[in-house]
Amino acid sequence: MIRLTDIERVFTVGDEQVHALRGVNLVIGPGEYLSIMGPSGSGKSSLLNVLGLLDRPNAGRYELEGRDVTGLSDDELARVRRERIGFVFQFFHLVPRLTAEGNIELPMVLAGIEPAERRRRLDRLLAEYGLESRARHRPDQLSGGQCQRVAIARAMSMNPSVILADEPTGNLDRSTGQEVIALLEALHAGGGTLVMVTHDAEIGGRAKRRIRIVDGRIVGDER
Amino acid sequence: MRFSDLIGFAWQVVRGSRSRTFLILLAMSIGVAAVVVVSSLGEGARRYVLNQFGSLGTNLIIVLPGRSETGGINPGVVVAKTPRSLTLDDALALTRSQAIRRVAPLIVGAGDLRWGSKSRETPVLGSTAEMLDIRHMETAQGHFLPAGDPHHAQPVCVIGAKLRRELFGARQPLGEWVRIGDRRFRVIGVLAAQGESLGFNTDEIIIVPVASAQALFNTEALFRVLVEAKTRQQVPQAKADVEEIVRTRHEGERDVTVITQDAVLATFDRILTALTLAVGGIAGISLGVAGILIMNVMLISVTQRRREIGLLKALGATGAQIRAVFFTEAVMLALGGAAVGLAIGELGQWMVGQVYPDIPFSPPWWALIAAPGTAVVTSVLFSVSPARRAARLDPVMALSRR
Ligand SMILES: Nc1ncnc2c1ncn2[C@@H]1O[C@H](COP(=O)(O)OP(=O)(O)O)[C@@H](O)[C@H]1O
Ligand SMILES: [Mg+2]
Repeated sequence: MIRLTDIERVFTVGDEQVHALRGVNLVIGPGEYLSIMGPSGSGKSSLLNVLGLLDRPNAGRYELEGRDVTGLSDDELARVRRERIGFVFQFFHLVPRLTAEGNIELPMVLAGIEPAERRRRLDRLLAEYGLESRARHRPDQLSGGQCQRVAIARAMSMNPSVILADEPTGNLDRSTGQEVIALLEALHAGGGTLVMVTHDAEIGGRAKRRIRIVDGRIVGDER
Repeated sequence: MRFSDLIGFAWQVVRGSRSRTFLILLAMSIGVAAVVVVSSLGEGARRYVLNQFGSLGTNLIIVLPGRSETGGINPGVVVAKTPRSLTLDDALALTRSQAIRRVAPLIVGAGDLRWGSKSRETPVLGSTAEMLDIRHMETAQGHFLPAGDPHHAQPVCVIGAKLRRELFGARQPLGEWVRIGDRRFRVIGVLAAQGESLGFNTDEIIIVPVASAQALFNTEALFRVLVEAKTRQQVPQAKADVEEIVRTRHEGERDVTVITQDAVLATFDRILTALTLAVGGIAGISLGVAGILIMNVMLISVTQRRREIGLLKALGATGAQIRAVFFTEAVMLALGGAAVGLAIGELGQWMVGQVYPDIPFSPPWWALIAAPGTAVVTSVLFSVSPARRAARLDPVMALSRR
């Protein structure tokens, strides 16, 4: 489903070159549940951004669902992101002026889905994530856990084939973090592909497949 | 992205940042209102002047003694001395033209008007019965000067409304005898109040038969001859006839100046229209300033909303969609500002109209289109650069910087 071949990502900071990813090779099958762990600055986020088509590698080849996406234009990439990929961020990244509902709806609005269909999916997602009573609340009226649930519902609204989560519990207390992990695992149980970056060894250890990355290189791949 | 969603999204932004929205609306609406008010002042002045000329009479031609290409009309001055004067017979000869309906000779002077113990210095007009129709005047009481031989000096007069009020108060003026200098005149009519028209206030004058005025001021010379052409199309013919008739009577000298109302009107119309356009355009500059304000506010907004823009991109927004979001916002603000501005402009123009009720203030049609149009076009133009900047944001950078 996902095949990364010799991916390189180099940032130039001043005169210095920072190798965020070095020769990364990774194959992810459909329905896999992956955790990516490693020290801070090791390139976890960089890898996730490349996987999510938010960032282009400097070298290497990326195939998504059998299609080479390395050379796509920005607009084509945007379309693939919209249809195939759901993001969950550490800092939720909800639009502050929109209600929970408005935030969940956003990908569907961008995709131009008609309002009746949006409403149907919204009602289902709100019920699924226990947000019915919070539908009209804005992010500043929601708890951290609720915000992350809104973010997960948003990521799911377009039925993506891959969910990418970058430290989704990094900003939550332990028990709320557990709840969020449970939701993400439920997604995986439903057949979705889940790639999760985390600092937390306990959370990372629950994944079926555990990738370890150090200094931009994959140094461990346990199943 | 659907159009209605685009509108909805922009509306959320506009509503979300009240003070920013208020600022832009203020700038935009001041610009639009300025154009509307200023151009309606110009348009009002134009219409006022045109009405004033129009109220002088219909198809009017004015004949002045003396040859000059740029004769102004200023009936306030005392008889002008000219090489060869225009006489009553010259005036009456003009009626021979087929294109001329009627003719009113005019003598103007100042006289000491007395009734009983009251006395007053007033402009005295000598004319004929025709003057009433040519100058579109009306009598409030009694009659105007009687028709008949203009050479015959009847001792009658018609007085203006204000003169009547000041001289006679509540008393009945008809039939009373007044004195101008050493001559006596019986009041046979009172003019209806008409007010000022081009510096010539008919409410304060006294009108006597032209022959009486000639005797009073001891002159044969006419100040003006007012001529009314039969139709508007015959005005040029009438003008030519006037020049020809006077020339033959003056031994081939073309020593009069003939002014047509249309020519004067057209000149004023041109000048005042140009003036209105100019001041409207100057006011329009404030719309450009408002556009620059929009650009700055939008640039700040792009910086403030980096994370949101990054998020939208992560969620699959294309560059075109991001640009559309910003353009919609700009157009929405511009339309709002234009609407508020038009309302303020109408209000301002109404208020000026309350202060100067005589002047028909109203914005010209082009201002009502150009002002909001310029507002929308400038705000779109000035939001091109902020929108492009937003669309080019790198989503990873935008999302990571907290
Ligand atoms: N936009 C960037 N510009 C310059 N250097 C970057 C940028 N993003 C990441 N890096 C560098 O790349 C390396 C990997 O970063 P990252 O993938 O964020 O690590 P992690 O998520 O594992 O903490 C770090 O050394 C970081 O400083
Ligand atoms: Mg990271």
